Amino acid sequence: MLKKLKPLSLLLFLALPLMLAGCSTPEVLDPKGPVASQQSDLIILSIIFMLTIVAVVFVLLTIILVKYRERKDHDKYSPELHGSMLLETIWTIIPIIIVVILAVPTVRTIYSLEEAPQPKTAEAANEDPLVVHATSINWKWVFTYPDEDIETVNYLHIPIHRPVEFKLTSADSMAALWIPSLGGQKYNMAGMQTTLYLQADHVGTYDGRNANFTGEGFNEQRFKVYADEEADYQQWVEDVQNSAPELTQYKYDNLLIPGVYEDGTAEFNGTHLQWIDHSKNADYTLEAWDRLGYEPKNPHAKDKSQNLLREDEIPYYQQDNTVDNSDEDMDSEEHAHAGHE
Amino acid sequence: MDLKWNEFIITGDPLILGAQISILLGGIAVVAALTYFKKWSWLWKEWLTSVDHKKLGIMYILSALLMLFRGGIDGLMIRTQLAKPGMEFLDPQHYNEVFSTHGVIMILFMAMPFLIGLINYIVPLQIGARDVAFPYLNNLSFWTFFVGMALFNISFIIGGSPDAGWTGYTPLATNEFSPGPGQNYYLLAIQIAGIGTLMTGINFFVTILKMRTKGMTLMKMSMFTWTSLITMLIIIFAFPVLTVALAMQTFDRLFGSVLFTLQGDGNPMLWVNLFWVWGHPEVYIVILPAFGIFSEIISTFARKQLFAYKAMVVSIVTISVLSFLVWVHHFFTMGNSAEANSFFSITTMAISIPTGVKIFNWLFTMYRGRITFTTPMLWSLAFIPNFVIGGVTGVMLAMAAADYQYHNTYFLVSHFHYVLISGTVFACFAGLIYWYPKMFGHKLNEKIGKWAFWIFVIGFNVCFFPQYFLGLDGMPRRISTYLPEDGWTGLNMISTIGAFMMGLAFLIFVYNIYYSWRYSPREKTGDAWGLGRNLEWATTSSIPPHYNFAVLPEVTGLDPYWDMKEKGLDQQKNTDYKPIHMPSNSSTPAIMSALMGMAAFGLVFQWYWVGIVGAVGIFITMIVRSFDYNDGYYVSVEEIKETEAKANK
Ligand code: HEM
Ligand SMILES: [Cu+2]
Ligand SMILES: [Cu+2]
Repeated sequence: MLKKLKPLSLLLFLALPLMLAGCSTPEVLDPKGPVASQQSDLIILSIIFMLTIVAVVFVLLTIILVKYRERKDHDKYSPELHGSMLLETIWTIIPIIIVVILAVPTVRTIYSLEEAPQPKTAEAANEDPLVVHATSINWKWVFTYPDEDIETVNYLHIPIHRPVEFKLTSADSMAALWIPSLGGQKYNMAGMQTTLYLQADHVGTYDGRNANFTGEGFNEQRFKVYADEEADYQQWVEDVQNSAPELTQYKYDNLLIPGVYEDGTAEFNGTHLQWIDHSKNADYTLEAWDRLGYEPKNPHAKDKSQNLLREDEIPYYQQDNTVDNSDEDMDSEEHAHAGHE
Repeated sequence: MDLKWNEFIITGDPLILGAQISILLGGIAVVAALTYFKKWSWLWKEWLTSVDHKKLGIMYILSALLMLFRGGIDGLMIRTQLAKPGMEFLDPQHYNEVFSTHGVIMILFMAMPFLIGLINYIVPLQIGARDVAFPYLNNLSFWTFFVGMALFNISFIIGGSPDAGWTGYTPLATNEFSPGPGQNYYLLAIQIAGIGTLMTGINFFVTILKMRTKGMTLMKMSMFTWTSLITMLIIIFAFPVLTVALAMQTFDRLFGSVLFTLQGDGNPMLWVNLFWVWGHPEVYIVILPAFGIFSEIISTFARKQLFAYKAMVVSIVTISVLSFLVWVHHFFTMGNSAEANSFFSITTMAISIPTGVKIFNWLFTMYRGRITFTTPMLWSLAFIPNFVIGGVTGVMLAMAAADYQYHNTYFLVSHFHYVLISGTVFACFAGLIYWYPKMFGHKLNEKIGKWAFWIFVIGFNVCFFPQYFLGLDGMPRRISTYLPEDGWTGLNMISTIGAFMMGLAFLIFVYNIYYSWRYSPREKTGDAWGLGRNLEWATTSSIPPHYNFAVLPEVTGLDPYWDMKEKGLDQQKNTDYKPIHMPSNSSTPAIMSALMGMAAFGLVFQWYWVGIVGAVGIFITMIVRSFDYNDGYYVSVEEIKETEAKANK
């Protein structure tokens, strides 16, 4: 039996480098910015410790199974042995030490990720982070650049070497913005705002997505991140400002109807913040459904069609519904439950 | 709920149609067989109304095996859908239903009843008792579990299954985003089963504290009994949280409250918190008894007392306390303050310390022992390395800053399958094989058992090890398909192959039950393995009589039965019989639970009159029960003599 156990553990050890060699470096361990690289460092440190622990246990297990399996002369058998202060102390102390060694960099990184990455150059030090609001809607992403007064759907451009301060919220289900190459995820939640700092240090196109399950179209709630040189980024902003269509409230409200965005991506002049900031008003989405005549339907219903109203059928859109968002800091609803500041 | 008549039964899906037909045919076959062999009254009198902890244990285990099959089919459907990019085997809606039911079934209707079944059968024997503290309640617990399970399982053919994940996060699970009966099934089925679990918690907690035989002090209890005791304590503290949370979400969905909703300042995150305040202790509820089972088996087949018994006890108690202080690690990414995340990172890592201590104690139990590689021992040995992999990746997840990258990915999926399968599932197999002769009077065939073991363990690693890498490569959990450019194809294919190997191993395991029933030699003594250490092996016959012990054993040390054998004491020589008081069977629990099922079914579809009729029925059965003055019967000395003389003939 024993001879069969050994290859099993060997198999596991062999599988590891094989898998690493077989495919390219996993995305998370191939960081493209300072946030992801802090996380990747922490992960690699922990993998080293964990592999050591695994190795110790595997070796001990193998030795014990080989040496103390039932055989004819069992002169080593000592049934009276059932405790040892020394050994027990050793294997209590060592894990404690390992936990402490891992806890220190963990806590340090947790605190460090709460702030924008440190600028590398003097000129970058003068720049504030780029603020982008990322709003999750079943099953699309809306990115809002408040200072540039533009909005995109399902893609975004960011300049490299400059921290991006994502203001996360959701129009409906709880989602999570995740761009593995740039750093870990954080939840988007309706009625509140969370902040995620990310930064790209290399020009490139990265995959981003919603990582937190939100139902039928979850799969397709993905987006591309284009990390550009500063100048290219500015150029793109100008292009959008010059050529993109105006965002109207009716158009925006239509985005709130659950579904995958048919056109793939889009860009607009103006932002939805002029009517609604979902982090301050969670009811808005359901009100918009009512206005448009959308009704949630049982997924097993035979007839799932919707009778949505046209813009000219809805008096609400004939009036000006702009709200004042200038006093942003004053009533932005911070988290007020356990664990939040 | 405005459900059209033709939407009540789910139609239009060939997979579901197949299931419907096979359920129908299976049902007809069972009813026909019972009628043909005239077994109805036997079934009702001997089993369904029985308050015997051993029979209830077996019924729990049979239901759990059935659910392992159902949940396993769900798992294979998930893996089939993910084998290649762009598969169209399941559409997203169907996929969501399948993984949601998979999770709920495996944790609540497979792992829990399997372990509770083993606890039911073994713990009263191990503490030298004749039954549990509240035998009637025990039967009621079983029936509420069974009805909850049945209700949950019919959802995929009637009305549609829940599709918001086993976590049922709000606001996704509220009416606006999950319309239809699906999520109601989740809420009501788990609610009913949960009541049963809570009652089991109280029942066994009292049983272990109050019904131990003479001489069995707390520190002489077997490790399985210890872990069961602590598990029951966790159940008593954790399940009420689930009960309340489910009731709150039920109110949101059925009666229009706004507790977790988007509208009306609802607080969806409260659900997430409540769920995990129960959910994390829950994962320890399903691992602690497993630890107990491995402790028994390893010490039996190494022929040594458990190493560092006291440290083992201290570590499970520590784990149980810590398990209530870590729930936030399930949502480090919620934007908590750095202080909160640091605190919960450290408490979570701290749990790995007592867990690590246990691993070394198991290893050193075998040190200088005489290890024999029986199938239950093989499962227990395979547990150690595999669980260590699951445990160390747990520590990695506990490092909050890194968890932002693992959360919601296949890395997490792999972690919890490593701990749950190599921990809980291996333990269920190991325990079932180990105690099989106690339950059925014969062993399972070792050769076939070893085939099942190797195929399962290898398949398990082939299935889940690649998932760590998929997670690190950015594959989120719960996606129903992916693109070729994602680069996840190869590892997913490997993973699917592993899953089917596990499926094959399960079939071999079940075949072994049949094969051994036909061909295994019947046991002649109570100590089937010849190496028994605890009192369950001290019974006269292989399968204990309904009163368990003709004369209650007296305990002088740890591993009491081993101790007796060493000292040459023969438990069976003592023939100083006295009449034994035993509880009578009762039919009200089955009826009461059926009425609960009816009421809940009505609520699922918002047919309130059905709910009300069911609720009134429940109260009537309660009143009937309260006028039941039957407080058991005596087994006469003659009958005991007769039974004992017949034993092992
Ligand atoms: C060494 C001890 C363990 C540690 C440090 C640990 C740590 C963690 C952490 C931090 C998470 C959350 C990860 C995330 O969502 O991003 C997690 C998830 C989970 N763990 Fe563990 N764990 C341990 C042992 C166990 C055991 C023994 C079980 C059950 C037998 C278990 C079952 C689970 C489950 C079911 C989940 C995920 C549930 C879900 O999100 O659906 N873990 N674990
Ligand atoms: Cu929050
Ligand atoms: Cu947990």
